Amino acid sequence: MRIVNKKEADLLAAIQGGFPLTSRPFQEIGREIGLSEADVIASLADLTQSGIIKRIGIIVRHRELGFKANAMVVWDIPDNMVTVIGRRVGEMDFVTLCYRRRRSLPRWPYNLYCMIHGRERSEVLENLATLESCCGLEEVSKQVLFSQRRFKQQGAGYFPKRVSSNQFASK
Amino acid sequence: MEIKNHNFSQPLTSLPDDLSLTPMDWRLLNAFQKSFPLVPEPFAQMGMELGISEAEVIKRLERLHKNGVVSRVGVVLRTGRLGVSTLAAVEVEGDDLERVAKVVNSFTEVNHNYERENSLNLWFVVTARTEERLMEVLTEIESQSGSPVYMMPMEENYHIDLGFPIH
Repeated sequence: MRIVNKKEADLLAAIQGGFPLTSRPFQEIGREIGLSEADVIASLADLTQSGIIKRIGIIVRHRELGFKANAMVVWDIPDNMVTVIGRRVGEMDFVTLCYRRRRSLPRWPYNLYCMIHGRERSEVLENLATLESCCGLEEVSKQVLFSQRRFKQQGAGYFPKRVSSNQFASK
Repeated sequence: MEIKNHNFSQPLTSLPDDLSLTPMDWRLLNAFQKSFPLVPEPFAQMGMELGISEAEVIKRLERLHKNGVVSRVGVVLRTGRLGVSTLAAVEVEGDDLERVAKVVNSFTEVNHNYERENSLNLWFVVTARTEERLMEVLTEIESQSGSPVYMMPMEENYHIDLGFPIH
């Protein structure tokens, strides 16, 4: 898989707190790390193309938007069925994350995880009921973990500013 | 010919200070969560599409950022492509939760940390550059919290992130 080079690592470090809200943000970023505006734009397009950047845009916080309820729902699904079911769950429009994760046995047998947001708890539970009937999950062992306090929420800090980039080989 | 819908936008002076959003704010948030224009003047381009000026786009984003609705305008990286990452959870007694949450937050490798309704009640995501550093952070959290840390690393992603449709 693709390796991030020094130039790209510097770029990702420079923008991990967001783009400057100015008329020529890419020029400003470029100036900081010694790249031209065109280089910054080309590099962002390339990182998106190769899948390292998932999306570029406005990143919102659900809670502040009024989506105060959110639940992580986890199921224990047989390994040979989890991919088919997971893809179906991931397509529901109220699901914002859906992963297969390694079980943490014996305490935590669950391997399918999704996040459902809603304005109220009842909305989340209605969506969950819809999801379960659509995906045939009514009888499957699960846990619904509503969130309470949020202690931290920020973008992943992969890139300490200005470090050598050869450590960023992707797996 | 380009038709600009100036009626949609409110004068800058009338923007509320609180969390309430104007119809133009909703349009802005819905239109640009995933298709940020990669051009020299992206905010001017966004304004053109919305029928407002570059200055107004910037002003609205500054306000939405200030009141916390917008976390940033930037990139979302694909988990698992760079570095190593895991979801982790720990069971903490209610009156010890704030202390342990602070311990967890103190690591720059932790980017999400939530209290959830379960006997495993503190859930966080750790992302580090190497497997060794990841395990070091988890071990340190385990020793400072005094309870076992359970880890559930991602094995497959079933959701394509297109931002969050706001209805």
